[in-house]
Amino acid sequence: MNNAPHFKQPLLTTPFHARARALSQLDSFIPWAGYTTVDVFSSVEQEYFAIRNATTVYDLTPMVKYRIAGPGATAYLNRLVTRDVGKLKPNRVAYCVWCNDAGHLIDDGTIFRLGESEYRLCTAERQIDWLLDSAIGFDVEIAEVTEEIAALALQGPTSCAALKDYGLVGIEALKPFEIRHFAVGANEVMVSRTGFTGDLGYELWMRPEQAEGIWDGLMAAGSARGIRPIGSMALNVARIEAGFLLPNADFVSAEQTIYTERARSPLELGLEWLVDFKKGHFTGRRALLAEERRGVRRRLVGLDIDGNKPAHNALVYDDRSGKREIGSVTSAVWSPTCKRNIAFAMLAAPHFKLGSEVWADIYLNRELVWERRMVRARVVDKPFYAPERRRVTPPANH
Amino acid sequence: MANAVSTDVRYDCIVIGGGHNGLVCAAYLARSGRSVLVLEAAERVGGAAVTRDFAPGYRVSSCAHLLHLMPQAMIKELDLGAYGFKLANAAMPTTALSQSGAPLALGVGDTGALMGASRADTLAYPAYAARLRRLARALQPIMTSVPPRLGTDAWSDRLALLRMAWRIRRLGRSDMRELLRIVGMNVYDLLEEHFDTPLLKGALGFDAVLGTNFGPRTPGTVLTLLYRLAAHEGSSILAQPVGGLGALSDALGKAAIAAGATIRTGAAVGRISLQEDRVQGVVLQSGEAIAAPVVISSCDPKTTFLGLLGSDQLDTGFVRRVSHLRSRGLAAKLHLALDARPSFTGLGAEGLAGRLLIAPSLEFIEHAYNHAKYGEFSAEPIFEITVPSVNDPSLAPPGKHVLSAIIQYAPYTLAAGWDRQQQRFMDLAIDTLERYAPGLRASVSCTELLTPRDIEQQFRITGGHWHHVDLAFDQFFMVRPLPGAAQYQTPVAGLYLCGAGCHPGGGVMGAAGRNAAQQVLKAGAR
Repeated sequence: MNNAPHFKQPLLTTPFHARARALSQLDSFIPWAGYTTVDVFSSVEQEYFAIRNATTVYDLTPMVKYRIAGPGATAYLNRLVTRDVGKLKPNRVAYCVWCNDAGHLIDDGTIFRLGESEYRLCTAERQIDWLLDSAIGFDVEIAEVTEEIAALALQGPTSCAALKDYGLVGIEALKPFEIRHFAVGANEVMVSRTGFTGDLGYELWMRPEQAEGIWDGLMAAGSARGIRPIGSMALNVARIEAGFLLPNADFVSAEQTIYTERARSPLELGLEWLVDFKKGHFTGRRALLAEERRGVRRRLVGLDIDGNKPAHNALVYDDRSGKREIGSVTSAVWSPTCKRNIAFAMLAAPHFKLGSEVWADIYLNRELVWERRMVRARVVDKPFYAPERRRVTPPANH
Repeated sequence: MANAVSTDVRYDCIVIGGGHNGLVCAAYLARSGRSVLVLEAAERVGGAAVTRDFAPGYRVSSCAHLLHLMPQAMIKELDLGAYGFKLANAAMPTTALSQSGAPLALGVGDTGALMGASRADTLAYPAYAARLRRLARALQPIMTSVPPRLGTDAWSDRLALLRMAWRIRRLGRSDMRELLRIVGMNVYDLLEEHFDTPLLKGALGFDAVLGTNFGPRTPGTVLTLLYRLAAHEGSSILAQPVGGLGALSDALGKAAIAAGATIRTGAAVGRISLQEDRVQGVVLQSGEAIAAPVVISSCDPKTTFLGLLGSDQLDTGFVRRVSHLRSRGLAAKLHLALDARPSFTGLGAEGLAGRLLIAPSLEFIEHAYNHAKYGEFSAEPIFEITVPSVNDPSLAPPGKHVLSAIIQYAPYTLAAGWDRQQQRFMDLAIDTLERYAPGLRASVSCTELLTPRDIEQQFRITGGHWHHVDLAFDQFFMVRPLPGAAQYQTPVAGLYLCGAGCHPGGGVMGAAGRNAAQQVLKAGAR
C-alpha cells in the first residue's frame, strides 16, 4: 500500500494487483468501483474458453461488501430486498435485488447468510446511504467491509478439481449457493459455490494479507487443470450467455437516473421470480403491486439474432421497414459456445412476448466504413447457456 | 403476528388523539353517519388545547392560549355554543410594549386604530393592512380545502390548481404582481419598505415568526405572515374562550359525542395494526386491540409513521423523508400565578385584556433568533403575553391573576441541556417581564415553564412544535407534511392523518381535522 494522498492515487489496487500485473501481457487495466482491475490478460477468446473448458481466476475484490448484523438483521434485509430472506438458511447465498419506493431497481447483489443474525451483502455500487436510511427503526449494524475482504472467483469445469488439488478437502460436497470455511496451511478461506459465469464455479473470500499466498497456491495447484487468470471482458461474454444482468449495462440504478423513464423495475427486467409479495412489506412493494396489476410496458428479453454480427447498441424495430422503434439492445455478443448471435434487449409491449419476431438495426464498421444491416431476431428465453455441471454435486473430477 | 382483535365492537373509524383536530375530524365523521371511536392517551381531551391547574386555584390554557384561527363557520356548523363554548373576550386588542416610552396600540385585528407610531407610519398602515388582507383573502380557500396533487391526470387536481391560479389572477395586475414579489421574501425587508417605527415593525414582524423556526430575516417569513392572515379570514379575531382553550376542546368533545362518536380517554395507542397491507385497527398500550378499517391519526407525522406504524411497514424513501421533517419547537410557555393585577408601564385596562407583545424592533427579534441557531436560548427573548384572568376571573382565586406567555426562542435542543438551564431561562423571563411591569416579580406566587422538551413529553408532540412540523415552503400545502402523505392519506390503505402536521398546520384551527374527514368520506364514497 502506498501512502500517497488520495488525489495522487485515484485508483486503489487490490491485494492481487502485483500478481495480476506480472501476468498481464497487454497491460490492459480498467477502473472498477475505485480499483484498478484487469480487462484482459492475454486474449479475450483464450480467457473465455478457459471459463468453459478449464479453470479461471478472476479478482472480484472491488465488489462492494457490507456486513449487516444484529438482532434485526433478517427483518432489515427482508424490508430491503424483494426476496424472502427469512427462507435463506445460515451458510447459504441468495441473489436478490432491491428497489426504491417507486419499485425501481437500485441494485442487484448477493446476500450471504453467515450466521443466525449476520449477513454479508455484495453489491455493484456503493450505497451506504440507502442501506443506513433503510435501517431507521431496525436493530441492526451496517458497515462497509470491502477493503477487509479479498475475493477471487474460480470458475470453470475443472475448478472443483483444482480446489481439491489445492487442498480444500471436501469441496466436492459443496452445493450451489452453499458456503463453507476451509483451512489450507495457515490460510483460512471461505468458499461459496457462486459465480457470474453460469458454469461450475466457486468464489473464495479471504483476508487481504493471505491473498497472495492463496493466489500462488491456486495457480500452482491448478496448473494441471489449465488454470489461467481472466479479465472482465471474457467474463462479460460468459455472463451474457448465462443470462445475468450487469448494472449500468442492462439497467441504471434508480438512484442515479436523471429521467424518471430510465429507471427499471424488477418486473420489467424479468426478475419477477425474485419478488415475493407474500412475505410482508418491503420497499417498493406497493408500487410493484400496482405495476403488476397494470402490466409492464416494457421488458428485458433475450434475442436470437440472424447472422454473426453482434448487435451492440442496436435499436430494435417491429418490422423490416424500421419505421416503428420498439426498444434497444442493452448487451450483445456472439456466443462462442452456443454459436448463436445473442443479446438482451428492452422491448416495448407487446413485442416482448416469447417467439415474437423483431428486427435489429446493426451498425458495422468495416475498415472505417459504416454499414447498416436490418437483421431479423426472435425473442427467446434466457439463459442462452446453462450446462448441467453448474448444479451437479459432486462435480465431475476433471 | 397474530393479533387478538376483538370482533364484538367494531368501528368504522378510529381517531388517534383527542386534540382539537382529532375531535373536529371525529365530529364531522360521526355527523356523516360513521361510527367513530376517539382514543386519547391523556385523562381528558384537548391535546395542546387544554386548561390545566398549575397552582392551587390557578388555571391556564397550557399550550395554545388564544383562539383566532378556527373558522366561524366550523364553530357554527358544530354548534359549539350549545355545548358550553362561550367567549370571555371576543375582540382582544394587540399592544406592543415598550421599555422606554409609551406602548404602541395596534387595536383589534388589522383594521383598528394605530396609536403610538410615527405620523408617516400611521398614514401608511391602513393601505398596507388592506393590501395584505386582499392577498390573504385570495389565499384563504387554500386553508379550507384538501391540497391537490401535482403530476396526476385527475381532473379534480387540475381544476383545483386552476381555481387557485384564477383567484390569484383575479387580484388584478398590481396585487398579483405584489403577491408574487413578496411571497418568497423575508418579513424584515417587507416591513422596512413600508414603515420606520421600530416598535410597529417589531409587532408586525412578530406574527410572521411566532411558532416558527425563523427570524424576521429568514426567507419565507412573508409566507407565514400571509398564511396567518389567510387563516384569519372568515374566523374571529383574537379571542379567549371562557374557561380557557380547554373549554373549546370540551365543547368539541361534546359535539362529537352528540353526533354519535365515542371518546375514550386514558387509552394510549401502542401501534396501528395492519393486515394484508391494510389498516386493521389499533392495539392499545394495554394490549387491547380494537378493529376498524379506517384509522385517522392526529399525532405528528413522526409519531404516527415511525412510532405507531413502524418503519418496517413503510418504504425507505418515505421513512427517510419522515425522519428529515423539521419538527423542533422553538417556543416555550410560561405561566405565572400572581397575587395582584400586573401593571405594565403605560398600559390601560383595555390593553391588559388583550394581547401584549415584547418585540421592540425587528433587530431585537433577529438577535433573539440568533441564539437559537447555535443551540442557546435568547439572551433577550420575545414574548406574547396574555393575562387571561382579566377576562375570565374563574381562572384565578378572587383578586388574583394568571399570566400566560409564549416565549421565543427556546430551542428544543439546547446545547447546555434543559435540565440545568430551565431555571435560568425562567429567571431571565421574569426579569424581562419585571422591566415592562415593575413590581410583577414580587407578586409571583407560583410558576410553570414548559420548554419544547416538556411540551413534547406532556402533550406527546415530537419536538414540542405546535405546528408539528415547520411551516415552510418545503413543508407546505401540497407537500405538507411530506410528499406521499400530503392529502391526509398515507401510503397505507385506510390510514389517514388529521393533525397540525397536515395542511394547513397548527394553531387552534381545526381545518386539518375537517379536511381529513372530507377525504375519508370521499374515499368511502368511491
